[in-house]
Amino acid sequence: MSNKMLTWHPACSVEDVPADGGACALIEGEQIAIYYFARRNQWYATQNECPHKRQMALSRGMIGSKSGEPKVACPFHKKTFSLESGLCLGDEAYTIRTYPVKVEEGTVWIGL
Amino acid sequence: MEMTGRTRVVVVGNGMVGYKFCEKLLARSAAFDVTVFGEEPRPAYDRVHLSSFFEGKSADDLSMAPLSWYAENGITLYLSDPVVDIDREAKTVRSHHGVVVPYDYLVLATGSGAFVPAIPGVEKEGVFVYRTLEDLNLIRYYARGARKGAVIGGGLLGLEAAKALLDLGLEETHVIEFAPRLMPRQIDQAGSDILKHKLESLGLQIHLSKNTQEIAGDDAIRRMDFVDGSHLDVDLLVISAGIKPRDEIAKLSGLEVGSRGGIVVNDRLQTSDRSIFAIGECALAHHMIYGLVAPGYEMAEVVAANLCGGDKTFLPFDMSTKLKLIGVDVASFGDPFTNDCRTIIYEDTAKGVYKRMNVSTDGRHLLGGILVGDADQYNMLLQTVKNLTVLPPDPEDLMLGSRGGSADTGTGVMSLPDEALICSCEAVTKGAICHEAGENNITTFEGIKKCTGAGSGCGGCVPMVKDIIQGVQKQKGMYVRNTVCEHFSYTRQELFDLVKIRGIRTYDEALSAYGEGDGCEVCKPVVSSILASLWNDMILEKGNAVAQDSNDRFLANIQRGGTYSVVPRIPGGEITPEKLIVLGQVAQKYGLYTKITGGQRIDLFGAHVSDLPVIWEELIAAGFESGHAYGKALRTVKSCVGSTWCRFGLHDSVSFAIEIEDRYKGIRAPHKLKGGVSGCIRECAEAQSKDFGVIATEKGWNLYVCGNGGSKPKHAQLLAADIDDRTLIRYLDRFLMFYIKTADPLTRTATWLDKMDGGMAYLKSVVVEDSLGIGAELEAEMEQLIGQYKCEWKEVVETPELRKRFVHFVNAPEKKDPEVRFESLRGQIKAEDWNRVG
Repeated sequence: MSNKMLTWHPACSVEDVPADGGACALIEGEQIAIYYFARRNQWYATQNECPHKRQMALSRGMIGSKSGEPKVACPFHKKTFSLESGLCLGDEAYTIRTYPVKVEEGTVWIGL
Repeated sequence: MEMTGRTRVVVVGNGMVGYKFCEKLLARSAAFDVTVFGEEPRPAYDRVHLSSFFEGKSADDLSMAPLSWYAENGITLYLSDPVVDIDREAKTVRSHHGVVVPYDYLVLATGSGAFVPAIPGVEKEGVFVYRTLEDLNLIRYYARGARKGAVIGGGLLGLEAAKALLDLGLEETHVIEFAPRLMPRQIDQAGSDILKHKLESLGLQIHLSKNTQEIAGDDAIRRMDFVDGSHLDVDLLVISAGIKPRDEIAKLSGLEVGSRGGIVVNDRLQTSDRSIFAIGECALAHHMIYGLVAPGYEMAEVVAANLCGGDKTFLPFDMSTKLKLIGVDVASFGDPFTNDCRTIIYEDTAKGVYKRMNVSTDGRHLLGGILVGDADQYNMLLQTVKNLTVLPPDPEDLMLGSRGGSADTGTGVMSLPDEALICSCEAVTKGAICHEAGENNITTFEGIKKCTGAGSGCGGCVPMVKDIIQGVQKQKGMYVRNTVCEHFSYTRQELFDLVKIRGIRTYDEALSAYGEGDGCEVCKPVVSSILASLWNDMILEKGNAVAQDSNDRFLANIQRGGTYSVVPRIPGGEITPEKLIVLGQVAQKYGLYTKITGGQRIDLFGAHVSDLPVIWEELIAAGFESGHAYGKALRTVKSCVGSTWCRFGLHDSVSFAIEIEDRYKGIRAPHKLKGGVSGCIRECAEAQSKDFGVIATEKGWNLYVCGNGGSKPKHAQLLAADIDDRTLIRYLDRFLMFYIKTADPLTRTATWLDKMDGGMAYLKSVVVEDSLGIGAELEAEMEQLIGQYKCEWKEVVETPELRKRFVHFVNAPEKKDPEVRFESLRGQIKAEDWNRVG
């Protein structure tokens, strides 16, 4: 990703993502899960697909942290993924793509 | 290797791991010409025990091997001469002093440096890092004129540095940690609390959750200013906030390095250039830096073996550690923090001992744990993890090896005299509570309340009463409890009481009041369930939607492919033809798969999340309500047809099942609840396989409880025989509420009973004989929950704010998930197999 130019896409308004929860946006044909940690006022974005059974579900998962590292738990089998590294926090080798997020004047932008 | 003659190996870095590599390589073969470049002026020394330098050990004492060792083994050693250039084409290195040496294999063992956060003023005099013997010499020299010292960093290295300052005899030594706990990589909050207490008694002053904003002073440090507005006067500061891999030379020579530093290596420790290896803290193996010496030595072993023709790989290394910090044992083994487990915790604040075991959810294996203050069992526990040993029935015995002996004195409430008044409303002394808890073995708060009256007034003493009960138990030998997760160090029952006493209504409030961090998929559903069981508020309101398990959040069960199933309530399994027709019509209209469930209702599968509100709108218009198939709540009360039609039936089981189902519908519990009512002893409703089962007798009803089907079937046991229907409802109220209030998360009634001291006899005494005197209270609490019932789907359908969350794409609400695909089977849809390839 470091070699590629980032393009920022408007995804939704900040109110569209529930506080301390997630929502899915369709950007350039990709399903992007966006998460808002209201307590820390931090935003994260990842692919919406859980790599375990390839289900479009991560945006519907519960978010939280493991030893301070922000994570999401897939609603299907509770696989958890770091929202910073994209690594599966269980033992498995699954990873998910993460995307940069910025918020400007009430709009959430995702960098693809 | 096809080379003739001797193989030339150059080692960059002469730290512990670089030295160990030379030792291992030369022990295997004499066919190598080894050249070593070290940046420091002295040969490799034991960095792990650096602080012993201040206890009077000399640099020579710490040395891994004297200079003569290198000469005897034919190693050419250049000290104070770091490598500044690698020519990968010519396969040569060039040092700072201009020495050029050719290599066949190059081993980078450059280690790590101190990570120094960008705090303004960090360049001032009196600010040091803690990494090398040179650093220690500088600190020792400067400390002569200093009185108050501080260390930034409460991790392993930071505490080592703090010990060094203690040994130097500074008047005050402070530890400043940004995280809310000490050694955040090794131990949890409770372990940190014990460690902190222990270290404070040894003279350290510890400040957690402190973020340093600026280091103030003219030329030299005089004061630290923190983000929270507080200050600390210090004249010597050591920064030990973490390590940073030394990968500069690798970067310069174009080797691949990680985005956060570290030289990327494969499992043979080869860098992106196959003749160059990286080992120790400069290497990024398996996406991580192994900041301990043991995995560094293992890396040295792998490379040494492979250069001698071996075929070893470096596997993910167990990061278990045991060490003595300022005289306090600290150990963490396996996975100390996993959430996917049951935890067993032992805590003795008097002795400063904390132990935690993470046990797999099936109770068979030990996953990891933490030991503070007493790590005698470390090796045994580590072996139990590593060997996947099946645990004994009482696994806590493994970590409580040294328990027993003289009774400890205790701190806090246990150090109060016996005359101390604990409950001033009822004038109950500590001695009276200790007597009941000790002599009479009453170990629950409810029990103590019943026999002493303590806690029955304002309730302000409830936490103290509980502490005393726990204190007495602790004095009797042990104290074991299951806490929720890393974010809440309470059991579910404790949390239940706390949430109730404080009148907490949202997950967020609970986290602020009793938790830490951001929560997780374990504690969110637990707290949500407690809130629902206490207040029965609409679960999607007040910001609680995101704290619900996913099925509760969408009031439907997620199924393969990401669509949902819809299960309207059909109380007792009785349904009119008109309603049956509506179900068929709705299923047709929205293309849903239909199946009769095991609980005598009809499940409609394959609904897109955005169709759920419209489907429910139609169902509700036809008189249906939510069936709570998605919740840890009452599911169904199954019935046989009973005396209205059946020639054997004694009573009207259908009417009674409907009454019971309507009574408890929507009530959330630690786990799902199922019931059954049979009209005679033939038991066609299979009531004895339910959480509560009712069977008609000649004289009334028999009530059975705590059964279940599923993977571990359990027959329900008789709670009361030949009772009338009003008594039965009263007992059911008490039974269900007692379960809701006291069971661990996700524990079915059968398991709850299994764990209960006194078993069925005790349950009977509480529910039927009201031995605790809480019967009326339980009934009242149940009555309140029942009074709060509303169909939550009706509320969603009628509330635009709630309804709008039922979309797949937040920026294209009209679009459905294009990844959802169905196949056809026997004339209906089925979800596409998720094991499909590609």
